[in-house]
Amino acid sequence: MLALGQDEIAKYPFLADAGQYLKDQGFSLEQFGVDPDLKQLVDKAFERIKVAADGKIYKSDLIEDQASNQAALPREVFSFLLAIVLLKLSGMHTLIKRFALAEARRAEKYLERDLANISDESKKQLAIKIIDDLFSVKVEKLDDYFVIPVSDYLKHSINFHEREWKLINRHVENGQVFLSPHETVRLIRKELGTYINSKIINAKTPTMIPGFEDSVNKLLLLSKKFKTFTVTTGEYPPCIKHAIDILEKGENLPHSGRFMLATFLLSKGQSVQQIAPLFKNAPDYNPRVTIYQLNHLAGASGSGTQYSCPSCEKLKTQSLCFATSECDNIINPLQFGKKKQ
Amino acid sequence: MKEIDTKFLEDSFKKYYFEHSELIRVPERTSEREFGYQKFNYSGMTRHISIKDDKELHLMCMQNTPSDVYCSNAYYSFPNLAMNEKDWKEADLIFDIDAKDLNLSCRENHTVSICNECNEISKNSEKCIKCNSTKLEKKSLPCKNCIDSSKTEVTKLSEILINDLQIDKENIYVYFSGNEGFHVYVYNSQFQQIGSRERSELVDYIMFNGAIPETFGMKKFKPNRASFPDFDENGWRGRFSKQVFGTKSKRSKIISELLTNGYSSFQKTLDDVSEKIGAKIDPNVTMDIHRIFRLPGSINSKSGLTKIYCKDLTKFDPYVEASFLDDDSVEILANCPIEFRLKNKKFGPYINEKVSVPRFAAVYMICKKLATLA
Repeated sequence: MLALGQDEIAKYPFLADAGQYLKDQGFSLEQFGVDPDLKQLVDKAFERIKVAADGKIYKSDLIEDQASNQAALPREVFSFLLAIVLLKLSGMHTLIKRFALAEARRAEKYLERDLANISDESKKQLAIKIIDDLFSVKVEKLDDYFVIPVSDYLKHSINFHEREWKLINRHVENGQVFLSPHETVRLIRKELGTYINSKIINAKTPTMIPGFEDSVNKLLLLSKKFKTFTVTTGEYPPCIKHAIDILEKGENLPHSGRFMLATFLLSKGQSVQQIAPLFKNAPDYNPRVTIYQLNHLAGASGSGTQYSCPSCEKLKTQSLCFATSECDNIINPLQFGKKKQ
Repeated sequence: MKEIDTKFLEDSFKKYYFEHSELIRVPERTSEREFGYQKFNYSGMTRHISIKDDKELHLMCMQNTPSDVYCSNAYYSFPNLAMNEKDWKEADLIFDIDAKDLNLSCRENHTVSICNECNEISKNSEKCIKCNSTKLEKKSLPCKNCIDSSKTEVTKLSEILINDLQIDKENIYVYFSGNEGFHVYVYNSQFQQIGSRERSELVDYIMFNGAIPETFGMKKFKPNRASFPDFDENGWRGRFSKQVFGTKSKRSKIISELLTNGYSSFQKTLDDVSEKIGAKIDPNVTMDIHRIFRLPGSINSKSGLTKIYCKDLTKFDPYVEASFLDDDSVEILANCPIEFRLKNKKFGPYINEKVSVPRFAAVYMICKKLATLA
């Protein structure tokens, strides 16, 4: 484990051992439920989740890496730790995913700033160490760039579909890829989100703490807002379920995956207007573009060709197939479930 | 293939494996590799074999009279178990360069079509001149140009591996494939453990696929001269400038042209350039991390030539250095309309004629389906 200073834990609270931190600060969870001063922090934690649920990044009390005053630092960490407790108590996975993503984005900012820090070498070294420890990417500083081995770069870049991330479009020299601080951090965004998510998922769920009930109930109410997906009820094949899942998580579904999902649902008789909202969580969502593209696939614009759902074979080569025994040797996702009747 | 021809090839191959056992060796970390082989006239492959040492390998070749022998580039905990139980550990990087993928103009001069229906042999045509069938099998007797062009691709590949990817020259091994090209192995690189999708990205890099104008200095909005690559730059930007600008003195003028022609025209330039400067490797081979690849020292049944290590690629002549069969005289019925050279002797063209030729030439023509035993 990394040895972290107070302000570093505030920036990267997911690195802290929650139980140990509370103990070190001389608190127990129960105190937060009863002590009125501490209870404010539970409200703060709720706010932190709410902001994340709205797809925004929590604005902290930290100003330019430094806390405005010494008391702000532990507050910052407590609100994160308490947010996790609330999320665990609510058991709402959609909220956990959104929270993890927002926290990843927040940490991303600090990581980027620390990497680019020229005045404080220790800050830079910590950022480099976090990236290495958590994501096994060995970053080195070389002049104005950060360089990482090509093999490490590829392990992460294959998750991007934009051409600028292709190795051919990168500055490659001596087996290393040259990146800016922003690109270095961007490269591990997905993994950072996954890391925080799994940390929360794997945390122990405490029994209800007196004084926390209100906030937990508010969370349950909040999570209802995100249960508007009307299309996930039917028996969809695993590839389609997986694609919907990715979009729900707000993660990036590659072009080929979006193509598959849209053509599948169009073939199942859904309208463009019904399908479009599915993509609203996509990182690069633009309603106008989505409608245009869906219309194109449906044959309502362009050449008038109606595109059909790709075969299982094709999906396999595109790494979009997650076949289960239920697939029963079908050759196209559209056949899923039909044979059993 | 006729049984008598199969028997003849099996005997010839067996003799080779007996007399040249020094050429066929197990690779390093033998016990972690999967071996496999094919037999004449069987379409299937016998694989998931694990082998201990040279002796066991020779025994396998002698007992089973394989037409082709293979070995994995991957290392497994249990190479002899089924695919999903093998426990994949890592795999050497492998590359296949084949003359037939190079769009060479010489190809039509030495490619014949064999009709699957009536066995009629014709010079490279679209359908059988005798029965009009379109089920044709193409066979090529690669010429010097094919081999030289393949060597050029190997050189391009090696340069990228060494300069861009920092592979030690000592870890690059080049083999003649036994037929129409070369196999390149890279050992102990940083890429040993990367998976198939990562390898596919590496392939695109090596082949110069998917490049965007921005990478080479052409911006979509407000492009400026300063971002175009220089002659002495490393990697693709350097290779791009040498190819596109030609000489340093022409650089400025050509940049002006590129700027005038605009962004989408630049994308087209990149696609054209890719054809010339990208190394033409077979993407499927490099992407495959579970492949069993032809074993060095074994005979390629498409030609009867040996897959052999090239000590000096520039001087390497497969038709002298990869032919190891003896010169016992064999009588064959040859229908080989293309002239070829083997072991410094000229053969053909033969038009449906009975001839006596040395065994190495007979095997070559029978493997190419251009002759049968008389």
